[in-house]
Amino acid sequence: MAGLALKQIRKSYGPVDVIHGVDLDIDEGEFIVFVGPSGCGKSTLLRMIAGLETISGGELHIDGQLVNDIPPSMRGIAMVFQSYALYPHMTVFDNMAFGMRIAKADAAEIKRRVGEAAEILQLEPYLDRLPKALSGGQRQRVAIGRAIVRNPKVFLFDEPLSNLDAALRVATRIEIAKLHESMPSSTMIYVTHDQVEAMTLADRIVVLSAGNIEQVGSPLGLYDNPRNLFVAQFIGSPAMNIVPAKIVKTGTKTTIELPDGGKVVAPIKSGSALEGSNASFGIRPEDLSIVDGDKKPVLQGQVSLVESLGEVTMIYVDIEGRDEPLVAKLAGTHMFERGSTIKLTAEPEKMHVFDSEGISLQHL
Amino acid sequence: MSFFTRKKSALVWAVHLSVLLLVAVWLFPTLGLFVSSFRTSDQISTSGWWSALSTQTRQVPAIRVAGDEKEVNGRFIITGELFPDTDAKITAWGTSSRDPAAYKPDEVAELRSGATLTVSPTGGYTLDGPESFEGQRLPRIFSTATSPPEFTLENYRNVLFSSTAASGVGQSFINTLTVAIPATIIPILIAAFAAYALAWMNFPGRALLVAAVVGLLVVPLQLALIPLLQLHNAVGIGKGYLGVWLAHTGFGLPLAIYLLRNYIVGLPRDIIESARVDGATDFEIFVKIVLPLSFPALASFAIFQFLWTWNDLLVALVFLGTDDDTLVLTGRLVNLLGSRGGDWEILATSAFVSIAVPLVVFFALQRYLVRGLLAGSVKGG
Repeated sequence: MAGLALKQIRKSYGPVDVIHGVDLDIDEGEFIVFVGPSGCGKSTLLRMIAGLETISGGELHIDGQLVNDIPPSMRGIAMVFQSYALYPHMTVFDNMAFGMRIAKADAAEIKRRVGEAAEILQLEPYLDRLPKALSGGQRQRVAIGRAIVRNPKVFLFDEPLSNLDAALRVATRIEIAKLHESMPSSTMIYVTHDQVEAMTLADRIVVLSAGNIEQVGSPLGLYDNPRNLFVAQFIGSPAMNIVPAKIVKTGTKTTIELPDGGKVVAPIKSGSALEGSNASFGIRPEDLSIVDGDKKPVLQGQVSLVESLGEVTMIYVDIEGRDEPLVAKLAGTHMFERGSTIKLTAEPEKMHVFDSEGISLQHL
Repeated sequence: MSFFTRKKSALVWAVHLSVLLLVAVWLFPTLGLFVSSFRTSDQISTSGWWSALSTQTRQVPAIRVAGDEKEVNGRFIITGELFPDTDAKITAWGTSSRDPAAYKPDEVAELRSGATLTVSPTGGYTLDGPESFEGQRLPRIFSTATSPPEFTLENYRNVLFSSTAASGVGQSFINTLTVAIPATIIPILIAAFAAYALAWMNFPGRALLVAAVVGLLVVPLQLALIPLLQLHNAVGIGKGYLGVWLAHTGFGLPLAIYLLRNYIVGLPRDIIESARVDGATDFEIFVKIVLPLSFPALASFAIFQFLWTWNDLLVALVFLGTDDDTLVLTGRLVNLLGSRGGDWEILATSAFVSIAVPLVVFFALQRYLVRGLLAGSVKGG
């Protein structure tokens, strides 16, 4: 099995620990995306897998083999860099052939493999050009082609789309997805801070924060069922609304009290030890809706800003207990006066409750 | 808005004018040297190099009539040419220094004892007298001549190939090349390896080494001349090309390493890491990636080092000596200034020989001074 196993991987620069013991198993053919805010260590982790950073502690296995001290080229990996990292003085063909030439491969074999990769990425017309004569998207395709030619067990992508403009980013993202489909046995590890890339590409997403894994799971799993406040707010855009609350009743359903005194019953099991403790109530902007008729609202407040985007309307609502306005994302167009009172409600199964440590009650 | 544009255009003008001034300051002496090196010593002494392209009118120094006399019909005739070698045209002539332009060409001057003298426009003269001129002092001809522009390669032939006193410049030219070419290549080779190691390889003491290199930049080389020469003598190198190569290499290395390291450390890290992932060893990364990308830096240092070794006098005198067969061009020029100080054509030609090679080197490599090889490798490149 061409999977990866990370066992208590650590990285420290002198006394500063940047990766604090990461455990992760990746199966052959999986598309894994590392996401996290800047400085969370996601790129460092990727570079440790690539062998460009030494591993300070723990074990890294690729394909069942311990590779901690094996140089990058012997690990069966290929890496695509954010800056493309093409060799500027070589043609596209030479760029893609570089690794095989270093490995002293047969010229005909090099030609065949480069040709195949160029065909997959539609780079054939450009093989004789220098990188400077290519557009950004083409350069990134060459970088991907260079990785394909190496025929690696694991592809590593370090924010490959960050340097592309929005339209090209979507197109290249789709190409990467197709590439993964066409090579089902290749494991891919992809680092990004863009959650759209993460949600669309990943089989599983690894959310990192400050050198720790916060949660690993399928994109929708993370969205529907975040393990803690960090993941809840990181996945999804705009971020989940968090309102401070207090647990007043536990059991198969949990009742919480919001700052304005309103009580909400969420169909989440909780232990009796939590009764009376502080908690956080979370609800995604897109799960909020306007109360019809006289039904009891979950949240209410004053409208501070309305953004009409056509397909959706974003309403910013000042509510008690939060300095920042709450965001509601409503389908269609809605008109609200600034300062008017708005009553919002949500389906109980869309509600999230986090304990005082920020851990979701579902995960306790 | 218009204020800013006006201000900017004034600045642009100032820049352009100063560039123009610098070009003029540099170009005119060089051009003068170049033109003078193709002129004869007569031309140099009578007119400036800027009039070399126009026809010149000049007072020719007195030429005494000379030649074999022939007796024709009882008269004695001497004929000759004033300017056997040039195309000068006479505009006026005379026989006395008090009135050197007394006669027009083809006019006949009456001399004492019934003799006559005529001078044709092309400088042919005929002295005609009733008695033999034997034993007499023949008259002198003062002439005003216009000569067309004339250029000669004679100076170069003299300076480079002849075996007269001006020679040795050719030999010295070879000597200087023998010094300068290895003294340029050797430090670049060493420095490029060192610069890569100091920029991209991790080893203990790297920062200290870099600091030491920077420190060596400010050590004056005069400090090391005598100890180094003693060392050379002690290890048996003595005075010779090997010694001067080593000295130039040593004196050039700190700057070379410093410049190249700063350039190489600025190469995008991703490119080098990408090559490492592709399986390249440090040596392969150096040869296949870093060297080609560092070409502008290598070329600009090569220009500096070549010019410096080419123009060097001190190191060559100390480590190579002043023997005729090893004297470098700068040393030869110093000697010529002493021995042939009045022969401007020789000096100008020798000087131009000595600046010709630096000029060629500069113009051949100047485009590499412009850093532009990284285009396309990374974002924004």
